[in-house]
Parts: sequence; structure tokens; C-alpha cells
Amino acid sequence: MTKSPVGFTLNGSQRAAFADPGQSLLDFLRRGVGDLSPKFGCGQGACGACTVTIDGATHLSCLVLAESVAGREVRTAAGLADGASLDPLQEAFMDHFAAQCGYCTPGMLVSARALLDRNPRPDRAEVIEAISGNLCRCTGYEPIIAAILAVAEGRARA
Amino acid sequence: MKDMTSDGPMIEFRKDLFADERDDDLNEIGKPVRRQDILGHVTGRSPFFDDHLFDGLLHMRCTRSPHHHARVRRIDTSEAERMPGVRRVLTGRDVPANLNTLLSLLDFGLDDEPPLAETKTAYMGEPVAAVIAETEAEARAAAAAVKVEWEPLPHVLDVEEAIKPDAPNVLEIYPGNKFIYHGKYDHQKLRYGDVEKALGEADHVVEGRYQMSPIEQAPIETCGAIAAPEQNDRYVCYTSTQALFFSLGTAAKVLKLPSSRLHFIGGTVGGGFGGKVDSIHEPLAILGAMLTGRPVKYAWDRAEEMQVGAPRGAERWYITDGVMADGRIIARKFTGYFDSGAYTRLSSYAIIKGVGHLPGPYTIPNVSADVYCVYTNRTPATAMRGFGITGVDFSIETHMDKVAETVGMNPIELRILNSYRDGDMKAHRRVAKNCALIECAQVVAEKAGVTLSPEMRAASSLTGGGGVRGEIPAFTATDEQGRVEGFAASSYARKAGASSSAAARQPTPPGLQSRPAAASAPVSTPQPAPARTPPPPAGAPSEPVGRAPDKPARSGAMRFSSLSGFRRR
Repeated sequence: MTKSPVGFTLNGSQRAAFADPGQSLLDFLRRGVGDLSPKFGCGQGACGACTVTIDGATHLSCLVLAESVAGREVRTAAGLADGASLDPLQEAFMDHFAAQCGYCTPGMLVSARALLDRNPRPDRAEVIEAISGNLCRCTGYEPIIAAILAVAEGRARA
Repeated sequence: MKDMTSDGPMIEFRKDLFADERDDDLNEIGKPVRRQDILGHVTGRSPFFDDHLFDGLLHMRCTRSPHHHARVRRIDTSEAERMPGVRRVLTGRDVPANLNTLLSLLDFGLDDEPPLAETKTAYMGEPVAAVIAETEAEARAAAAAVKVEWEPLPHVLDVEEAIKPDAPNVLEIYPGNKFIYHGKYDHQKLRYGDVEKALGEADHVVEGRYQMSPIEQAPIETCGAIAAPEQNDRYVCYTSTQALFFSLGTAAKVLKLPSSRLHFIGGTVGGGFGGKVDSIHEPLAILGAMLTGRPVKYAWDRAEEMQVGAPRGAERWYITDGVMADGRIIARKFTGYFDSGAYTRLSSYAIIKGVGHLPGPYTIPNVSADVYCVYTNRTPATAMRGFGITGVDFSIETHMDKVAETVGMNPIELRILNSYRDGDMKAHRRVAKNCALIECAQVVAEKAGVTLSPEMRAASSLTGGGGVRGEIPAFTATDEQGRVEGFAASSYARKAGASSSAAARQPTPPGLQSRPAAASAPVSTPQPAPARTPPPPAGAPSEPVGRAPDKPARSGAMRFSSLSGFRRR
């Protein structure tokens, strides 16, 4: 099988790696590039644990072909923090107990960040809609909704 | 006092209740505290088992039975072995000790389940071969190319069908399709007072049948493990297990390795809920690493997690209550059937837990229960959040509403009337302490806007208990129903003649013909021991080779009060 070089931007940095034919972006990011923040939950686009943004729009990386991100900008949960300085959403998730096992959390945060980037003041219904593709089995969704709303309403420490 | 988050109350603390029983020095409780592991979670850096990269990682996928119940006539791995990328195909013969039961580590239960089935599969999706290949896709393709000659057998999927005399036999070592408790009974028994007499004296007899479904834990991270050779003659195993030392012990037993040669790393679990105690992946991943000399990952995909991942087992309960016209429940009788699926896993233990919980949080002077751990050709059941308790609680509380309806009482008042109070004797013969159901029920009524009678509003867990209510009944009706023979009563766990749980792999029984004809005969008939392990002479409990004959087979089980029945001191 011929591997193809894929150059793209990951969380603001230029990256390049070889992708196998038919390899998913999820597997490419994790094993090819070494960004382990997107998680495998189902491999069929049902759970949202692998959520990333491509050119600002959320995608399920298990359903995206790795080669299709050539020249595009991918962001993952690993890119939310700026060094030691966390995204306000990350702080709010910590304050609101919005993670228990933590497995859905990276995908949940990527969906929440994408929402706030396009709509800085969402209401509750819009928050619920934005994370409706991200399944959580531990905490229930209320602490997660509360954390996102706290950032949207400027109540979270930033 | 209401607090938890800045967005509103999530927990209400009623410190007015039982205020004189404690100092109000709960300095941390009620105050938000960050989880110690949450920084890793929100930065995506928490190290789940699959977040460890290995150069040259191989992938394992299993060939699984498409039948509920089938004999394996032949397994042909030759074509699969020639497929691209395949490094090794494992079958049961490659597993050093290909028979295990999870609770054997606690000396409880007979080894009943092969990590890779050799002669028979007992549920749909049971693995018979494991392919190790360079990529997951190659492993998947080769697993599909393993040729298995199946002979489908009659199957049984319902607990009450399974215990009928002519039912297909799921496991040869349990001929009646029932787990054997204490080496004596084919069910777990609770007897307290005289239920039949009290039912005859009751104003009403209320009967109910309750059935719950199996429930999949459905963690977002599927179960799995990665094993790799280390440079010091050990194998490292990164695992999703929620029971690290349990999995370590299980792997050591199945692989016949001293646990000192296994280096287990876990503790970061992407959701467990009970479904990650079964230690399915670790032994095979390590075996793969041993046989290939390379890192091997064995993980379920989502479909496997749902199909073969062991769920909370289904339970069926029959409850009969004797109740007086004023609402006092004077008798409660249970017959319960746990659907263990094809193997024991943790269901036998779940029942012990469940029976210790009967008759629910109510002071009832006459209680009896017969609870069966039943084998069917369904996916084996295992732990899940309060397993053994939740199914029967659903049944009890639904039944309480039915009783309330029968006697024309408010259901909350019925509960207050019958609640445990401090000093009452429970059916398992321990005194009730620190009771609080009455107070909880009163708060619930207040929140729900239900007006209680002044008498019920004034009721308290602290008063009215003990005295006659604290005494063990002078007479308890017992019986020998379900008595079995041929299992060693001297050992809690082992069948007479069986070697210790860690002993060498035993020959596989030759199919179904070993099932004794009398196995499912009426309950008074002694059940003969299955043919493969002849009972020893009377009074000669077996001892593992190399042990002093006067030494107990194991002392570990004594520490587990819920298993052994010994009281914690």
C-alpha cells in the first residue's frame, strides 16, 4: 500500500505525516501525528469522542479521510490551551465538575469551543444543540451545559 | 443549606435531621472541589490505555460464534494464517490455562469459561480464535477467514425455560443450568420466620411478577488492553480495566505466569460502570505479546462492546406479600431468577449481595427467598453499578405501590409504616442501625406536595424500633428444597475432587453426553456430580497438590464478608 504525505495545520502549527490509503483522520492524528486528544468511541460517527474542527467547522474525525485535510486547518482539544494558560472552557469544565471519566471531554470541549467561536452568547437551547452529537455516559449533561453557559455568560474565571 | 454550583442548587443538605448524632464539622462536604484528575481530562492528556504509542504495534481480532449454542467440530486457521499481515492465529490450545472463572481468585465458583472456546460455544459472539496482524483491517479480514465447522445445538434464552428438566444444558459442570451455592444448594436461600403461616393469616395476599432487561454499561471507551514485552523478562500491560489487581491475577492464572512477570498499568478508565472488571482482554493481549515478541493491542470495537460486552444481567422476580388491612406487611416471599448468561462471571456473587438486601428496607417478621443463578445461552452478565440490588429494588418498590393500592393507602405512608427503625432485626439477622428511610420519605412527601397524616409526619427512625421488632423469630421454617450432592461442602467454592482454582488446565469434557439424566429431576433428588470430576471418599475434601492437608485451601475468602457470610469485626 502506498502511503501519501499529508501536510496540514494542526492547532496552529505546520505538520506533515504519511497517511495510509483509507486511513481515518482520527487514526492519522493519533498514530501518525501523535495527537492523542481525539478519542475512539465508536468509529461510526455516533459518539462524538473524536470531534475536531476542520477550517473552523466540527467534524467527526473517525469518518473523515486523513488525506482530505491536506492544506487545511485542524484543531483538536490539545490545542485549546495556550501553554499553561487554559481556555476558559477548560477552567469552567473543571469548576463545574463537567467531566468524570474524561473520555468524552476532548470532543465535548471542541464542540463547545466551535459553538462559542461562532456564537459567543448562546442560550441554553443552542448549547444543548451544539453538544447533541457528543455522548457522555458518566456525569449526565447538566454540569457540561452549566460550564459552557458560564463561559458564554461571562461568569467563569478566565 | 443549598449550594454546589454557582448556577443553582444541585444538592440540599438537611442537617436538621439527626443533628444531635454528629458534630457539624463536615468541612469539605457540600463545597465544590476540583477532581484531582480533571486537568488531564480537559487538556486531553489523561493516559487511557490506548494513549500509549508503540512502534510495531500488532492488532488482535477474534473470530466469534454466529450461533447461540454450537459445538465446534473443527477450526481451520490455515487460510487466515496466509492472509496479508497476519503474524499469528491463536486458538484455545495456545492458552496455557484455557478455563477460568473470575471469582476463582476469591475461591468462589468453578472454572467454567475458556478465554478461547475449543469444543463448544454457549453464546452468540463467543470467541474461538484470535488473529494477530500488522493492521486492524488485516486482523479483521483474517478473523473472517478462519473456518469453523459449527454444529448448532438447541439453545435456551429464558431463565425459567432453562431450569426445566428437558432444557438444553448450557455448561456441563452445572447440569441443571443453576449455580451451586456452598456446595449444597442450587439456589441461594433466605429463611426468616414462617412465611407460609403468616400468608395464611394475612388480610390480603399481593402477588407480582417483575422482569428487567439486561443493560449494557456502554462506556464511551470500549474495553481493551495493549501488552508488550519489556526488557526485563516481564510483560507490560496497559489496560482499561477498572480492577487492576483482579485483572493481574486473572492474567497470571490464565497464562500460568507468576504475577511478578506482569507489569500492569491502568487506573485511567474511560467509563467502566462495572463492565471493565471481566479481564477479558489482558490475558490474550499478553499471550499475543509472548508469542509474537511484539506489542499487541486487543480491544473491542463498538459492535463487540454492545454484543459480547457483559451487561448487567436481567432478573425476574416473583414477590408475594401478606399484608394486614392497616398496611403492615407481615410476610414477604421472593423467588428470583438471575440470568447469568452462558457463564458465571459475577452473577453468583450478585445474588449473594441481592439476598443480603432482602426484603428491602422494611421490617417484615416473616421472609423467605429462593434465588437462582441461571445459565442461558445469552451474553454472560457481569457487574454494573449496584448489580444484585437494583433489579430487586425495582421489583420491591413497584410491589410496594401495588400493596398500597390493595390496602388503599398512600404509598409513602405505607413505606413509613413498614420502614426499618433503629433496633429492628433484619431478615439476615443483623440489627438495623442509623436508619433514615422514614425521614427521607417525609422529605419526599414534603417536596412532592403530599400531605401525610399527623402520625406519619411524627414518625421517626429513632423511635418505635427494637423490642419485639428486634428479636429473631422463635421459629424459622426451613427446608431442603434444592439440595444437591457431589459438591464439596467443606469448601465454599470447589466441587469435590476438583483441583485448586490455579491448577493445571483440565481436559475438556467430551460434549453433552456427560449430562446426568437426573440433573434436572425434582428437587428432592440428589444431583450426581458431573462425570468429569468423580467425588472423593466421604469426609475427604480435596486439597491442591503440595499443600498440607490440614491447611484450608485458601484463607482469602474469609475477608470478604459478603461472600463468606462471616461478619466484619
